[in-house]
Order: sequence, then C-alpha cells, then structure tokens
Amino acid sequence: MAITTYTSGEQVEVYRFSIPATVLIPLAAVFLQAWLPLRIHFFSVFDLPLLVVIGFATARRSPLAGLVTGGLIGILQDALTHQPIGLYGISKTVVGFGASSLGIKLDVENAGARFLLTIFFYVVHEVVYFMIARGLVGLHMAWSWPHEFLSGIANALLGVFVFLLLDRVKQRT
Amino acid sequence: MDVLGRYRNLIVLVGVLFAQVLGLAVQVKRTTDSEPTRLIRIWAVGAVTPLERMLVWVQTSTGNVWHNYFYLRGVRAENRSLKAQIERMSLEQVRISQDADQARRLQALLAFKEQFISQTKAAQVIGSSGSEQSRSLYIDKGENDGIKPDMAVITADGIVGKVLHAYPSTSLVLLINDQSSGVGAILEKSRLQGILKGTSAGEVTLEKVMSDETVPPGEMVLTSGGDGIFPKGLLVGRVTKVGAGSDLFLNIRVRPAADLSRLEEVLVVTKIDERQAQPEQTGAARAVDILAERLPSVPPKPPENGEKGATPESVPPTTPGSDAKPKAMPPQASGGSAAPTAVNATKLAPAAGTAPMPPSGKPPVPKANASGGDAVRVFPKKVSPEPVPPAVAPKPQAPVQDSPQ
Repeated sequence: MAITTYTSGEQVEVYRFSIPATVLIPLAAVFLQAWLPLRIHFFSVFDLPLLVVIGFATARRSPLAGLVTGGLIGILQDALTHQPIGLYGISKTVVGFGASSLGIKLDVENAGARFLLTIFFYVVHEVVYFMIARGLVGLHMAWSWPHEFLSGIANALLGVFVFLLLDRVKQRT
Repeated sequence: MDVLGRYRNLIVLVGVLFAQVLGLAVQVKRTTDSEPTRLIRIWAVGAVTPLERMLVWVQTSTGNVWHNYFYLRGVRAENRSLKAQIERMSLEQVRISQDADQARRLQALLAFKEQFISQTKAAQVIGSSGSEQSRSLYIDKGENDGIKPDMAVITADGIVGKVLHAYPSTSLVLLINDQSSGVGAILEKSRLQGILKGTSAGEVTLEKVMSDETVPPGEMVLTSGGDGIFPKGLLVGRVTKVGAGSDLFLNIRVRPAADLSRLEEVLVVTKIDERQAQPEQTGAARAVDILAERLPSVPPKPPENGEKGATPESVPPTTPGSDAKPKAMPPQASGGSAAPTAVNATKLAPAAGTAPMPPSGKPPVPKANASGGDAVRVFPKKVSPEPVPPAVAPKPQAPVQDSPQ
C-alpha cells in the first residue's frame, strides 16, 4: 500500500530505494569524496555524501529513515578521517532528519526548490559541524560566511545533478 | 503512549544524537590512550580502499603503457641532459664527500650521534580523507608491509607527514598542514628552532619563534629531529611571510617543499639508525689535525715567469743554502681533506719568509735545520711533474654541456 502524506490538501508522493541502491550509492559517494580530491583538487569543496543524504531524505520523506541514513553515511565518512567518529555523523543525522521533515511539507521535486534546499542544509550541516568541532572536540576552526555560502552554492549546483541521478533509481511506493 | 507516538521521530532523533555525542565524548577523553573506534575505521577503510586501489592500478597501468611504449618523444634529448647532469653531480659529490668526511671527524671528536635513514618503503597515494577538516591521505602500504604508526613520510622534495593509523594493507598519513600535526623544525641559517603546525585553512606555520628574532622570507626550514619522528635535516619548506603573532612569538608562514596537494608516490621511513659518528680513516684523528683543517690553508705560490711549470712541491726550502732533507709527512687523517669551503684559501698569498702549505692542507711539522739554523719548514719533494691538487679542493666548474640537438 502506498504511503501518502498530505500538504495543504495536496498529495505528496513517497519513494523508496532498492537495497543495492541504498547500500552502493552512499558507498560510491564516500568513495568519490575520498578519491576525487586527489585528482580534481577543488573537489574538496563539495560534500557528495551530504548531497546523497539530502536526496535520500527528501525522496523517502521519512524522518526516521532520514536520520538513520544520515547518521550511517556520516559515521562512514568520519571513519575515513583522523577526527573522532561522530562529527559528520551528528551533522548528517540532523540534516537527514530536517530534510525528510521538510520534504513532507514542501514540494521538492523541482530544481529550484532543490537548489535552495541544498544551500540551506549545507549551511545547517556546517554550523552543526562547527559547533561540535569547537565545543566538544576542541578543534580550532575558523568560520567564514562568504566561504560557507559560496560552498553552499557550489554544492547546490552539483546537487541538482545528483538529485536527477537519484530520481532515476528511486521507486514509487 | 499517545505523546510517545506523536513525538516518536523527535525522541529517536534525540536518542541517536545523544548516543553519538556520548561516543564522541568517550573518544575525546581517551584519544591518547587507545583507539576505541578502530573496528569501525577498519571496516570503513576496508569498504572504500579496494576500489581506490583498483582505480589507481588501472590509472597507473594505463599511464605506464602510454609513457613506456608509445609516448617516447624527447627521450634522447632527455637522456643527454641527464648524462650531463650526472657529470656535474659527480664533481659536486667529490666536494661534498670531502666536507662530509671532515664533518664526521669533527662529530667523532665531539662524540656526536648521527641519525640517518637506513630503510624506506615506497608507497602510492590511493585516497584522501575527503574532508577539509582532516588533511590526511591513504597509502597502499600497511601493517603487512612493516608500516607502523608514527613513521615519517617523505618525498624527494621534502617531508609530507607521518603515519597516523596503520591498517593491514593501507595506512592513514597525517599531512604536515593538518591543524593537529606538529613537527620540530629549525631555520637553516639562523638555527632558530620552532614547531611546525598546520592551520584550519591548510597552511603551514612555524610557531614558538620569539618576536625579537629576525627571520627573512625565503629562508629554508629543516626538521630539527626534536619530535622523534623525522630525522634531523630533512627539508620542510621555505619561509614565505613573517609577521607579528600572538604573545611574544612570530607568525611565520612556511610553504612546504613537497606539493601536498599533488602527491602520488611517497616514501615511508621504516628505519632510522642512530650511531656514533665514525670518520673514514685509518689513523687516529687528533684535535690538532682537525683544527688545522679548519684553518684556512696557504696555497702554493703561483709560478713566476721564470718558473713556469714549477709545482708547489718543487719549491726549495726557504732558507737559502739549506740542505734540509724532506721529512716524511705525518699520517693523514684522511686523504684529500678539504678546508671549509667558506674560506677561499686559494686566493691567499703566502706570507714572506714562510713556505707554502703542503698539499694535504696541514701545517708541516717544524724540523731543526741540519746546519743548526732556525727551524724551517720543509716538505717532501715530489719528483712527479704532475701538479698536485691544492689543499682546498676548488669548487667544480660546471662542464660544458652539449647543446641538445
């Protein structure tokens, strides 16, 4: 039976992903995030796993699924760094929960909405990461609004294409 | 129950966040004692690095086939250029080895212990952490290849970082521009010591140099060996900017010699030996010999117009009419040792009434004149018409290069 939610009386579709896609797409995103910056140096500006978290969360529209997906992808990303595990995990948990919650209320099927949503959640992700890194782990990080905003725009541009790719593998429930 | 059902998502979110914060706190607390997250890291690395290895292998193989079999343009010209370079470097090596001999003798006298890299392992960079907050790399060698944490990672250009975690077949290398890295460093000329640290922006700074010191931009920064990881004397980079820092210290910006963003292959220093410096010589070195070599020597008197072809050895004793016999020279500390290159002794003219220095560069042993006169310096007279190299080895001139055709 299809799970449907309603926003102002308008029906919102909920999608699911196959198990191979659920496992392989986040793995591929983390892999590319670790491999591409060695070849394409500016790629470290992007956060491909974050885009996948937002894409999955907005398609599934389930806060629980969103936070679990975000948490697991974040922990996987953390495990490849030398920082304590949980920095990306917490940030992406929050983003996954927020994106899926917002996905219930908004229409996120068009490119413009996705673009703005990605900028917003990129900044949220960075703010949460910054707060935990400074407050809990004690890292010395500098915050720069212009840098974060420009990175957010770059990620949003890439995100539009990533979401189009995710649209091809998502399945209607 | 109704409230729980209504706020179920929020409660799960808080629970998941709480668990992760708790896990973070445990890791931060136990960061120096043990590694509680090792299993998770091994799984993650095991899931990602095989793909990276495969891609790097494909890339390298394709590149090798192209460069070794198809794209050989310019190889002949490059070969000629390299041969000329080898000739130049061979000459340079002679001078450097003489300096090194002298340094070893001095170190032996002062009971210095020298460190040298005795074993390295070449490794290929296969991936990165993928985060701007964690400047680290993955290499394709791990515990199975003898890699252990805290081993130095270098390139021919300069130091790169140190091994942070060693997994069975891969290792995580912390780069020197990460904010959690620290390297003992020393400025080449001023010999000021400091700590090399990375910043959150990925830059490298030299800290703990007092603000009343003068550090010119362009000065080279070397490892000091004080961190116990990097051997002393490895190139780190150059000073690019010096400014007033916080407290009493300078803010010195350093540009790493190794290009940390374009690393493909690195060397892991798997063994550093420390041994007492031993001069390469047969006889015992005496302090007087060492000091004598440190002093500028007097070169042979240039031949005058009427004495063309006269070698320094053919110069007669300074006392006219003296029939002093040549005295055997004392054993050499080592053959062909050179005085410090900073002193250009070849330009010094011998003082009046003194004999030129012997070819070894050592002061001769005074000997009483056979005729009962004042003590004079005499040298063994060499029959060979071949000129003997002067005490101070002249700096090798670059050979004339063949113009590439």
